[in-house]
Amino acid sequence: MKRLLDVLREDCALTGTKEGCGEGECGACTVLIDGQAVNSCLVPFAQVAGSSVTTIEGLTGAEALQSAFIREGGAQCGICTPGMILAAVALPKDADLQDIRRGLAGNICRCTGYEGIYRSLRAAAIPARAAD
Amino acid sequence: MKTFTLLPVRSLLEGGRESAKPGSILKAGGVDLLDRMKEGLETPDRVVSIAHVPGHDGIEVGPPARIGALATLARLDSHAELRRVYPALADAAGGAATPQIRNMATLGGNLAQRPRCWYFRQAEFDCTKKGGAQCFALNGENRFHAIFDTDVCCCIHPSATAVALLAYAARVDTVGTRGKRSISIEDFFVAPREDPTRENQLAAGEVIEAVVLPAPAPGSRSVYKKLKEKESFDWPLVETAVSVSVSRGTIQDARVVLGSVSPVPRRARGAEKILAGARPSAELIARAAEAAVAGATPLSQNAHKVRLARVMVERALREILA
Ligand SMILES: Cc1cc2nc3c(=O)[nH]c(=O)nc-3n(C[C@H](O)[C@H](O)[C@H](O)COP(=O)(O)OP(=O)(O)OC[C@H]3O[C@@H](n4cnc5c(N)ncnc54)[C@H](O)[C@@H]3O)c2cc1C
Ligand code: FES
Ligand code: FES
Repeated sequence: MKRLLDVLREDCALTGTKEGCGEGECGACTVLIDGQAVNSCLVPFAQVAGSSVTTIEGLTGAEALQSAFIREGGAQCGICTPGMILAAVALPKDADLQDIRRGLAGNICRCTGYEGIYRSLRAAAIPARAAD
Repeated sequence: MKTFTLLPVRSLLEGGRESAKPGSILKAGGVDLLDRMKEGLETPDRVVSIAHVPGHDGIEVGPPARIGALATLARLDSHAELRRVYPALADAAGGAATPQIRNMATLGGNLAQRPRCWYFRQAEFDCTKKGGAQCFALNGENRFHAIFDTDVCCCIHPSATAVALLAYAARVDTVGTRGKRSISIEDFFVAPREDPTRENQLAAGEVIEAVVLPAPAPGSRSVYKKLKEKESFDWPLVETAVSVSVSRGTIQDARVVLGSVSPVPRRARGAEKILAGARPSAELIARAAEAAVAGATPLSQNAHKVRLARVMVERALREILA
């Protein structure tokens, strides 16, 4: 059987979605199914029939967040980054540090120590809020 | 992983009927099942999916509350009215796993998921839970295992929602090929002494349809608490749900439940007895917490869990009796 993750990476050549643990712990494989962040390593491919799946390649409207990751050192090796960003788009714009930590609890990063990631999220939220 | 056919069904009853056939297994969110299939513990030819059966993901707070088996943990966590009336259940759901998993994991699947014991989860270990002759954790790596009822199989039950549902005296409504029934959550779980190869009394072809929570008694308060090794997401070291009702300064009724300490979620009846009819005080709370862990039989690596459990009960009681 193929998992959604396998089909995305191998059949669709959408390698932005990563595999870390393969068991729901690291969040590297996060995608949006019908707008909700889930672990694509735990979804049998057939289950998404009729659903809409968004990977990091197809994500739109998060450019400010993506540039903040670059600017603020939110990405180092980059393996966790697509998953981080897809989990982060579910967060409200006015998320405080506590909300951010809770919202990203399913995404592991081995490089940044998370501070760069939290900084990126907060930096991205500020102009967005100012524009609201 | 072995190739299988995914069979989406249109009703829970059809799910029960199809999953009772040889080589078939029921799937809701699939979080637990996929993992077991990957480890080779389950090798079904057909996976019967109830994930998209309509009409069973509702949350009616009532009270009494009725929650469909397909409601996700994320919805339980974010439902403001449920949180107001049954906070321990909302917190148990919201504190479990990660945001991504809570978006997929269902209440029914959370109750029926299988233990996470690392010997059970590896196909090479033919342990008691798989019908084998020994529990490898008893004399093996048992840091995270049970501290009560450790004689036959010392795994711990993984369901956080079950701990809260026990504190609320919930019922589990099922549908199946043999009709409908409503099981008290007390009777839902099966201890290893009775049968180590299962954790609940669901029969073949029987599917959880909903969970029903009675109206809380007037003046009652409840809380769920979980202690973890990591600050970020983690399985609990110990967890507790406590519900008490207080009238004119006296505790009328108390339910104290401990999770992650025994093969099935455990009511600490000794603690409940001490609390019922008494007036809250620091001394009473300390005595009740001590009673909650009386009779523990910790293993070679987990004596610390006895103290953790006592402290968690004490903190929970202090919070709601303050
Ligand atoms: C990284 C990680 C961390 C986790 N941390 C926690 C935690 O802290 N606390 C916690 O409680 N859980 C935790 N979990 C477990 C997770 O919550 C469960 O695996 C999930 O709730 C299972 O729900 P599901 O709908 O995906 O079930 P499935 O995987 O679809 O099913 C699980 C089992 O239940 C049966 N089943 C499903 N639905 C029904 C039904 N309606 N009637 C009868 N049988 C049914 C299936 O046949 C299967 O055997 C964690 C999981 C992961 C991967
Ligand atoms: S690869 Fe899916 S959560 Fe780690
Ligand atoms: S940037 Fe390397 S794992 Fe997060």
